[in-house]
Amino acid sequence: MTRAEISQAIINIVNEIVPDEDWSVLEPEENLRGKLESMDFLDVVMELRKQYGVEVPENEYGELATLQSCVNYLEPKLINK
Amino acid sequence: MNKSDCDRIVITGIGLASPNGNNLQEYRRNLLDSVSGIQAYSIRYFGETMAGLCHFDALKYQTRKELRVGTRAGSIAIYCVREALADAALELTVEEKARTGVFIGITEHGNVETENEIFEISKYGYQTKFWSHHHNPRTVANNPAGEVTLNFGITGPHFTLGAACAAGNLGCVTGAQQLLLGEVDVALAGGVSESPGTFGIFAAFNSQNALAKHSDPTKASRPFDRARNGIVVSEGGAIFVLERLDRALARKAKIYGELVGWCCNSDATDTVLPNAVRQAQCMRQAIVKAGLQPADIQIVNTHATGTPAGDIRECEALRDVFQNCPETCFTNTKSFIGHSMGAAGALELAGNLPSFSDLTIHHTINVENLDPACALPNLVIGQPRKVPRVDVILNNSFGMLGINCVTVVKRFLA
Repeated sequence: MTRAEISQAIINIVNEIVPDEDWSVLEPEENLRGKLESMDFLDVVMELRKQYGVEVPENEYGELATLQSCVNYLEPKLINK
Repeated sequence: MNKSDCDRIVITGIGLASPNGNNLQEYRRNLLDSVSGIQAYSIRYFGETMAGLCHFDALKYQTRKELRVGTRAGSIAIYCVREALADAALELTVEEKARTGVFIGITEHGNVETENEIFEISKYGYQTKFWSHHHNPRTVANNPAGEVTLNFGITGPHFTLGAACAAGNLGCVTGAQQLLLGEVDVALAGGVSESPGTFGIFAAFNSQNALAKHSDPTKASRPFDRARNGIVVSEGGAIFVLERLDRALARKAKIYGELVGWCCNSDATDTVLPNAVRQAQCMRQAIVKAGLQPADIQIVNTHATGTPAGDIRECEALRDVFQNCPETCFTNTKSFIGHSMGAAGALELAGNLPSFSDLTIHHTINVENLDPACALPNLVIGQPRKVPRVDVILNNSFGMLGINCVTVVKRFLA
């Protein structure tokens, strides 16, 4: 997947999880994790697992802090997807 | 002995979701117009069947996220509570929300959510790492009441009452008791059901030979009819705003009726077969608690679910209790909406409360050929009946494991 595709995938996932917010305005460096409740964040982890087969260990949750850091973290894991 | 106003419990608001109505006016109109709420239905593993499904707008009071995270029972409860509070014209302050309790009867909870999760992980080879972290809050037994508190910011007590098909009545009784104990000033009390969402309930009733079958879903729920062959499973909810009379009068609240008597007892005889003697005792004790006689009651809303054995036993109990009661009429709401499980007692009572003012007893539909074993004097079938007065309604609910709960509601007189 390209970086743009990964970014859109994250936007799509959070949009499913919190559909009442407008995620199209999310800035790359904005604190994404801070905008999500703890159970919502676990939903992100679960959807990455379900939709892309990506496992995010608990000690690496901090890598998903912003949209930008999500893309950086996931790019090597999604290279063949 | 006359009770003081602080010891009298009144109904000041009603919110409901029925398979044939999203509010009391629509529901009542459809009861009087013989409109069934039962439809064809299909559920995984079990296949084609029928059920009573509700069609209220869940997004009226919930966000899409709340709907996704929560349960159907929670959604029904939230809708009913919010509608009831609006109906009661009650805008609760933060302090008043701390003195408000939520008491919701349920037949079961957790089946729907567990089946959903098992189905979900079946798509991933049953690996439990795909099991939702939402499962525990979704399946704790207090979930339907808890979702109400989250949605509306209620900080008083909340819990559910597990009482099988008597739970809706027991929810109301518990609300009244909490008010009388002074634990709360407002009780949001009643019952809910999400049962059509679990295939297990259909399969179990079917294995028990207790699931209704009919080519026309609207005719499938037919208590007292010779051709009745079982239960139609329904979802739904009804929540009453209950207050002590002194508070209701002080704020000039609309009053639907006064909860004057109740009884809850147990058969202690069989897991599924009802006990007519114990049902009769329950009715009698509720009437005594109300300070009344059987002949004082104009409407008995029967529990009857359409099972061959259950309907007969209730009729035996009714004939025993209501001997020489020429004014007492009997009716059945399940013939319209099926068996709404935890909601049944509350939802069926709600459907009858307008009788106090419109002096009409809604009828029982689908009795094309009355079973002689279910013959009752003044069984209202075929069409509604106008009567000169309706002062007292008695509402039956009986459930598995032999739980019985009867409520008595009186037309409010100051």
